[in-house]
Amino acid sequence: MFKVEKRPVESRLMGYLSPVLAAVLTLVSGALLFLLLGQSPLEGLYTFFVMPLSDLYGLSELGVKAAPILLCAMGLAVCYRAKVWNIGAEGQLLFGALIGSWAALQLLQVEGAWVLPLVLLAGALGGMFWGLIPALLRTHFNTNEILTTIMLNYIALNVLLYGVHGPLKDPDGYNFPESALFSESTLLPTLLDGTRVHIGVLFALLAVAVVWVLLSRTFIGFQIRVLGLDSRAAHYAGYNEKRLVIFVLMLCGGLAGLAGVLEVTGPIGQLVPQVSPGYGYAAIIVAFLGRLHPVGILLASLLMALVYMGGEMVQIELGLPQALTGLFQGMLLLYLLACDFLIHYRIRLGGRATASVAAPVSEGA
Amino acid sequence: MAMQLGALVRAASTVLLATAVSAAALAQEPLKVGFVYIGPTGDAGYTYAHDKGRKYMEEQLGDQVTSTYVENVAEGADSERVIRQLAKSGNELIFTTSFGYMNPTLKVAKQFPKVAFEHATGYKRSANVGTYMGRIYESRYLTGVIAGKMTKSNVVGYVGSFPIPEVVRGINAFTQGLRSVNPDATVKVVWVSSWYDPAKELEAAESLILQGADVISQHTDSAGPIQAAEAKGVYAFGYNSDMSLYGKNAHLSAAVFNWGPLYEAKARAVIDGSWKAEDVWLGLAAGYVDIAPMNDAVPADVQQLVMDLKQQIVDGKLHPFAGPLTNQAGEIVVAEGEVLADKEMLSMGYYVQGVEGELPK
Repeated sequence: MFKVEKRPVESRLMGYLSPVLAAVLTLVSGALLFLLLGQSPLEGLYTFFVMPLSDLYGLSELGVKAAPILLCAMGLAVCYRAKVWNIGAEGQLLFGALIGSWAALQLLQVEGAWVLPLVLLAGALGGMFWGLIPALLRTHFNTNEILTTIMLNYIALNVLLYGVHGPLKDPDGYNFPESALFSESTLLPTLLDGTRVHIGVLFALLAVAVVWVLLSRTFIGFQIRVLGLDSRAAHYAGYNEKRLVIFVLMLCGGLAGLAGVLEVTGPIGQLVPQVSPGYGYAAIIVAFLGRLHPVGILLASLLMALVYMGGEMVQIELGLPQALTGLFQGMLLLYLLACDFLIHYRIRLGGRATASVAAPVSEGA
Repeated sequence: MAMQLGALVRAASTVLLATAVSAAALAQEPLKVGFVYIGPTGDAGYTYAHDKGRKYMEEQLGDQVTSTYVENVAEGADSERVIRQLAKSGNELIFTTSFGYMNPTLKVAKQFPKVAFEHATGYKRSANVGTYMGRIYESRYLTGVIAGKMTKSNVVGYVGSFPIPEVVRGINAFTQGLRSVNPDATVKVVWVSSWYDPAKELEAAESLILQGADVISQHTDSAGPIQAAEAKGVYAFGYNSDMSLYGKNAHLSAAVFNWGPLYEAKARAVIDGSWKAEDVWLGLAAGYVDIAPMNDAVPADVQQLVMDLKQQIVDGKLHPFAGPLTNQAGEIVVAEGEVLADKEMLSMGYYVQGVEGELPK
């Protein structure tokens, strides 16, 4: 008979093993799923996870798809470390895209090396502004940032729709909801000929490094972590909680806004109503999947991007339904949460587990 | 390093091109046709109609074609990758079935000059990108006639997606049909700013019913408005495909697309080498659009009238936008004896007389 008992301390081993175990379980379940759909499991898994990356273009697309998710997730990780529950990366991304597009459209006729940085800066500032709103609402009116950030996502989307249906609409576009195509000088340079991989991918990698240093090597990073672990301790230590809340939300907004403006000046090349297929929401999953650690998030964002691409690939190559994308994402997350149970608990075969269950053990989470 | 990789990519694409050419040379190989869909194939509306067309093409051409589709493809950055992947996988004819795929289709087409691309509802073409659309306004005119005969309150509701020329044209054609048999009837429009949002479409229809509408028409892709009409006991028209399943009593008819013959013709053209990038915009006469079978609630004489009018449109004797055509302000836009030119229809940015409210700019 199995007994479940609480571990006296968190298992470090399981902390590392849990994602691996979750991945293995996902693969096994995926294989079963392909079998049930009448496909060879190996071919199915190969098509889903390997084929999208079988050439340089595929690899470059992985970067294109992962970059916006990664940028948002890095910002969210900083917020979540401070226990500021920002759900608003999506809105911050959209507002950044909107402001960046507005800047790009003002500069259609202008050439020069300074044009693109200005557009990117406008996007990042737009996102920061959108992050500042819930920050001020929390610090001054004590509103719950979960609610305000979610609501601001819808507001940002509708402001963007207003822009693309109204003042930013292409005057020669027959009233279709799209802006004019951006000029060459406002488009991101690509890193490789024949692909869409753009310098935004480097920004995303830079963000990983910056957030890592910020969290582990700086005093403000230390303050953020203390605030997240115990806000009273942070208060007694004399840290300015309001300033920290504003800082993390604006940082996240800036990164998400940058992700947005990188999308419109990169792979899309104009402002359209569908700038983001939910990158800001996917980034929440990615941030937790990556354990709020920059390197973990980097890997998780690549995995997430791969699952999207794999879903497209099995549709094209095997004629399987698009719902597989969601199924794989769901399985991965479910198994990870299930396996994380083993970090705090262990399963014993037939043992008497009495005393240890009752023992009050402080949890790190 | 970047240079070397760039060269590698170029080399790879040359190989790719060579394989594409040799594939075309082997005429016995079935033609691979790819489809990119905006919604799920089970949406009962827009994508469903396209997928029906794809199946029709497969049936008609048998082992001369095989087809694949990718559904729920977002119109942002993702669509370019999907279209490119379809081209790379050896599809020689690719249909991209939503407006937002226009620029991505053109970008990919530049990289795959041997592949034929067909983009639905757009206005930009290139050497290997053609566009296609059905003259659905002809069907709209006919549903408008039915509405004019069936309304008691003389208020007809219209659920619109976006105020683009295609949708405005549909509203106007519907209104023309409506007022040809019932000059007192007017049309109220609610915009939902979405092509597919069942809940929002349903709410929009409900609010129109609250404002007195007893017939609902829609230019959105879900069956939401039909369901609202069925629940409130009023009439409605489906769009894209026959939606009678969602409202046995409410569903009077629907303005439907019949993409099958078009997809068959395009695939045949690629097979026999006669395909060229052009704009196809045909309607009832070509069988690319139609109206769904009418509900038994529509009296026999009205059904007969509608079928007669349909025949007149097919024969070219009746045009939904024949003069005298007056706009909302009462100004004549098309003089007696003339019809609205295609060019004018493609950029239609005004309501005709009988539509209430202001067209959002």
